[in-house]
Amino acid sequence: MSIERQEIEKLATLSRIAIGEDTITEVSQRLSSVLELVDQLQAVNTDGVEAMSHPMKATQRLREDEVSEINQREAFQAIAPDTEEGLFLVPKVIE
Amino acid sequence: MHNLTIAELVKGLQEKAFSSVELTQHFLARIAKLDANYNAVITVTADQALKAAAAADKRLAAGDAPALCGVPILHKDIFCTDGVRTSCGSKMLDNFIPPYNATVVENFEQAGAVVLGKTNMDEFAMGSSNETSFYGPVKNPWASDSVPGGSSGGSAAAVAARLAPGATATDTGGSIRQPAALCGITGLKPTYGRVSRWGMIAFASSLDQGGPMARTAEDCAILLNCMASYDDKDSTCIDREVPDYSATLNDGIKGLKIGVPLEYFSEGLDPETEKAVRTALAEFEAQGAELVEISLPNTGLSVPAYYVIAPAEASANLTRFDGVRYGYRCENPSDLNDLYTRTRAEGFGDEVKRRILIGTYCLSAGYYDAYYGKAQQVRQLIQQDFEKAFQQVDVIMGPTTPSPAFKFGSKGDDPVAMYLEDIYTIATNLAGLPGMSVPCGMVDEKPVGLQIIGNYFDEARMLNTAHQFQQATDWHTLTPEGIA
Repeated sequence: MSIERQEIEKLATLSRIAIGEDTITEVSQRLSSVLELVDQLQAVNTDGVEAMSHPMKATQRLREDEVSEINQREAFQAIAPDTEEGLFLVPKVIE
Repeated sequence: MHNLTIAELVKGLQEKAFSSVELTQHFLARIAKLDANYNAVITVTADQALKAAAAADKRLAAGDAPALCGVPILHKDIFCTDGVRTSCGSKMLDNFIPPYNATVVENFEQAGAVVLGKTNMDEFAMGSSNETSFYGPVKNPWASDSVPGGSSGGSAAAVAARLAPGATATDTGGSIRQPAALCGITGLKPTYGRVSRWGMIAFASSLDQGGPMARTAEDCAILLNCMASYDDKDSTCIDREVPDYSATLNDGIKGLKIGVPLEYFSEGLDPETEKAVRTALAEFEAQGAELVEISLPNTGLSVPAYYVIAPAEASANLTRFDGVRYGYRCENPSDLNDLYTRTRAEGFGDEVKRRILIGTYCLSAGYYDAYYGKAQQVRQLIQQDFEKAFQQVDVIMGPTTPSPAFKFGSKGDDPVAMYLEDIYTIATNLAGLPGMSVPCGMVDEKPVGLQIIGNYFDEARMLNTAHQFQQATDWHTLTPEGIA
């Protein structure tokens, strides 16, 4: 199946990846080729087959709700692009 | 010293035939001298390594040395290392210095291993040729015009070129086994949940699994003894005792039932590769094993199912790279959306972006059931194939890859051609089963890998089987030219 330009633009928005005007055709071609591959799945009869989530059917473990980590804010913020007074800085969101 | 196995190095260190500092200096010198030819190592941690080696020598002298005390290794640059840049082969994390160690890294530290540095890899482990790395491709030590495989191509090439006796790696669709095959070394992807994923940068969380690479099965057993552990911090880790993988290596394999899947010897398999694999199977027969023809009828669906599940999970996992808390941030963002979209457009390479877009498509409103839901059902069918097979046989064997190492750029512009490289390895990830690759021949002066697939948590039997093969053959001892 081939994927339309409009759809690529929607995917770019959803995944927060800017796609340049000059590469849209190429991106669309390559995505179409991958979708053609995965579309083979549509022909498989999976009636009554349970979707697999963990190979050993393991479920999420629960633990007591108690503090297990120490506060490492300084260490974590030391590697951030921009911080101020313990906060991560991003461009102004609200005028 | 670089031609000794890990087993021999452990013995030599304990018997004081050489010190860890001497050993570490030797491997650091090899990396400095030879890695320009391979580009296998992204970051060398010489100072830390020498410090760790000196500490190891003290413990060896004091007689309280843990299992891998003083043995130099390399970590794939996907495992977070406290204070050492962890790039995951991406521009996005080129400046990322984690404030903590992955559990695997911690395990090796506890075992006294000396970390020489971090190995090159396909960006975010997405690739089968190492061509997607931000740091440039790794060259195959057997043929400089050919790929080492991927995504753990740096680890595989480094071990093959004797830049380290062993290395850590990860496998989501074949990323340990395929490069191990193409570089002529031994690599093992354990059962899903055997090795902690904590601090291992996530690609597809339901498929990712860390494992060892070395020249021999015996060495892989030593490394897995250290790598495998139950970890509270990884909610998908399975709480199950870790056996001593070295203890059963010398067991005989008489009566072992080996399943040979029809589908792994069909169209697309290079005839010379097939010949090498068949010769290996005959060697097992000579040792008293029995070959049983089996069928894994849904093999052909594994690549399409994988290319829904892996990109879908990757698209979710990689949302964290947003230029806010760590990693790359674009210059002068005009607003928050511009910060996100340009950071991600500039920080990720083409293949990573392609997979995020595919994954986003498969998970988007109206498509989820048709793609992700369907793929998870097909995954169940693939698992059932294996379940049925393991009622009849102890292990399954076949080729690791359809052909030996291919040339750079030869898979062209079509991503699907590259994806088919993993046709024999992907199904085990989907089923969560362990798989390994063992050198079993040479075609056009390039190595061929034999794949051994085991039942859940049957790594000890796989390593035993591989070790017995290596006792009778010498493919794993061959050395690429110029290495000596």
